[in-house]
Amino acid sequence: MKKYLSFFRLRFTMGLQYRAAALGGITTQFAWGFMEIMIFAAFHRADASAFPMSFSATASYLWLQQAFLALFAVWMMENEIFDTIINGDIAYEMCRPVSVYRMWFARSIATRLSRAVLRSFPILIVAAFLPHPYGLAAPASLKHFILFLITLVLGLLMTVSLCMLVYILAFFTISPAGLRLIFDSASDFFAGALIPLPFFPEKMQRIMELLPFASMQNVPLRIYGGSMSSYEMKRAVFLQVFWLAAITFAGNALCRLAQKRVTVQGG
Amino acid sequence: MRSIRLYLHYVSINIRCVMQYKTSFFLTAAGQFLVSFTAFLGVFFMFQRFSKVEGFTYSEVLLCFSVMLMEFSLAEMFARGFDQFSGMVRSGEFDRVLVRPQNEIIQVLGSKFELTRFGRMLQAVVMFIYGIIQSDIAWSFSKALTVIFMLIGGTAVFTALFLIYAAFCFFTLESLEFMNIFTDGAREFGKYPVGVYGEKMLLFATFIVPYALIQYYPLLYILGRRKELIFMFLPLLACWFLIPALMFWKCGVRHYKSSGS
Amino acid sequence: MITMEHVCKSYKIAKRNAGFGEALKALFHREYEVIRALDNVTFTIGDGEMVGYIGPNGAGKSSTIKILSGILTPDHGTVLVDGRVPYKDRIRHVQEIGVVFGQRSQLWWDVPVIDSFELLKDIYSITEPLYRQSLEELTELLNLTELLRSPARQLSLGQRMRCEIAASLLHRPRILFLDEPTIGLDAVSKLAVRDFILKQNQTHGTTVILTTHDMQDIEALASRIILIGKGRILMDGTLNDIKRGGENIDETVAELYRTYDI
Repeated sequence: MKKYLSFFRLRFTMGLQYRAAALGGITTQFAWGFMEIMIFAAFHRADASAFPMSFSATASYLWLQQAFLALFAVWMMENEIFDTIINGDIAYEMCRPVSVYRMWFARSIATRLSRAVLRSFPILIVAAFLPHPYGLAAPASLKHFILFLITLVLGLLMTVSLCMLVYILAFFTISPAGLRLIFDSASDFFAGALIPLPFFPEKMQRIMELLPFASMQNVPLRIYGGSMSSYEMKRAVFLQVFWLAAITFAGNALCRLAQKRVTVQGG
Repeated sequence: MRSIRLYLHYVSINIRCVMQYKTSFFLTAAGQFLVSFTAFLGVFFMFQRFSKVEGFTYSEVLLCFSVMLMEFSLAEMFARGFDQFSGMVRSGEFDRVLVRPQNEIIQVLGSKFELTRFGRMLQAVVMFIYGIIQSDIAWSFSKALTVIFMLIGGTAVFTALFLIYAAFCFFTLESLEFMNIFTDGAREFGKYPVGVYGEKMLLFATFIVPYALIQYYPLLYILGRRKELIFMFLPLLACWFLIPALMFWKCGVRHYKSSGS
Repeated sequence: MITMEHVCKSYKIAKRNAGFGEALKALFHREYEVIRALDNVTFTIGDGEMVGYIGPNGAGKSSTIKILSGILTPDHGTVLVDGRVPYKDRIRHVQEIGVVFGQRSQLWWDVPVIDSFELLKDIYSITEPLYRQSLEELTELLNLTELLRSPARQLSLGQRMRCEIAASLLHRPRILFLDEPTIGLDAVSKLAVRDFILKQNQTHGTTVILTTHDMQDIEALASRIILIGKGRILMDGTLNDIKRGGENIDETVAELYRTYDI
């Protein structure tokens, strides 16, 4: 356990070095959040009745999405890891007496957390002070807030777990680049990063909510705004836990298979 | 002119290089297509729920989106060298540029010709045709000319933005993410006519970074909402933006030469 | 002819410290230190000379070469190359020089070498007959006939280096800057490269400035040696000036560095 902790600390400290990049990133994310809210504001002016959740809840969703982008953005996968897979260095990693899966898992969490730490607070603070309803509203209730925090962590683990699956699958495919491409586009769409899931037609929304992608940012961000019913929240958390277990198990199993393959075939 | 011939020589060598890696090429182009297709889906699903935004219908927004995307793809195809300029500075490649008896800009332009952006172009053209069919615009010669002007002006504006980004690379290689707001951000949010974003945004996009001149105003002319001829020529006017971009670039080169790498 | 007089150049470098606490501090405040890369550098190189420019890493060699090629502007001092100021008259100056960076390639990686040559012909505006002549001569002297149709990425290091040198000489420059030209090459290629450079200097009178850590290169090529250390010119003489009896050249140079404490 200790060695994974030290991997974590190293990556976390590395992540903090990039202060200038963080500043640039924060400005970018502010601009993004701001523009997205303007679009939804325009649509709200056009037809407020067609909104599936209140405008304030939508704005909060968008600000939280920007603040925690580093946690949930699937496309922020580690290029280094992909490079090791593509150029074959991975054979060396797999022959070590550490679990590659756990090492990469710890590493991904560390990178995402250090990026999020740098960027989320400034965005959250400023967004909280923006005029209602454009800013970040207070959570719907204390219970909602606690549930939000729990599902936020679950969502992060879910994101990393899915990324791990992609890394391992990349090992088995001929073209990691193609796999990553498809995965990036698909996950943005199904995770509610493009537009929040409630804005999709009802039938589509119902199916999308069952997919693992919906267990990333979709659950915590919507719980915060209080637009889900009690039943929906329970179902969402259950799905999060289910998918987290399933994908982690699958990823781990595939990883062990890959490790076996490498040590038998000699990389 | 000799410079044009040299540039075409660069383009041909770039294409020959890329053709060595056909799978990678098609993959990247396919990726381009996928990414902009997802953006299209975003618009599509919003309009399943809403019928208009700021008075613009689905097909009108598609027209706006597609022309803007074409402008962006063209700029990316030609000016990719500037878009990726941080790599050139980091690897010391720019030193090589300074040691050649040609204008630096032609060399950087020639260093990359990104044919894969064709994937995005294709998506944009398909959307454009779809938008034309769906909308009921009274087309005329001047309106068709407006579209061409939009493409010229738009490519110029995005190229200028890439140039500015590259110029920043001379000063720092780190906090450059914010420039994405003006390039990728414009591509993302240029889906909708700039007027949708409010009065202040429109002012910014008219006088500071002329997005409105290459997207919003000529669009109003095409849709028949404004009849004044000047709206047709505004995109060409937007080319003024290249001037400050070039000045900043020259400033950057001077700084690079005095501070080493 | 190359003249450098009292040239000075300093850089500002940001300090980066290790550790968690330092990283957090660095978020709010950056410290810089000033490094003097060149301090009163003065020398003159005549046409057709072959000069070895040596010194330990960080001594100021690459700064000097950058100034002479027009990439870098000095803080103080005068620089004249063939009557031009390199960093002021860039395009005309650069037309007459050739540069070989040992570790960085100027050839396009994925297309045949000859394609890169054809592009260089356009870049340097070489006329067709002159190009044909240069190409023939270089192909023959460097043995490039079978290499020209291969993409650069398929060539061995030795083969690629020969193509690199040919590429930098296509436009018949009067001055050639060589930075680590034989690094990583096998013995045969090294001899071929050295031999070729010597011939170039003899036939065309090309001035050659060589920066390298490979002392055998220096022994074979340089009639004159300029030693730079910590930004200052410490010695300007011939190989015989520093040799002391039958000792190995590397030992001689190591001793030299020790004497000057660099």
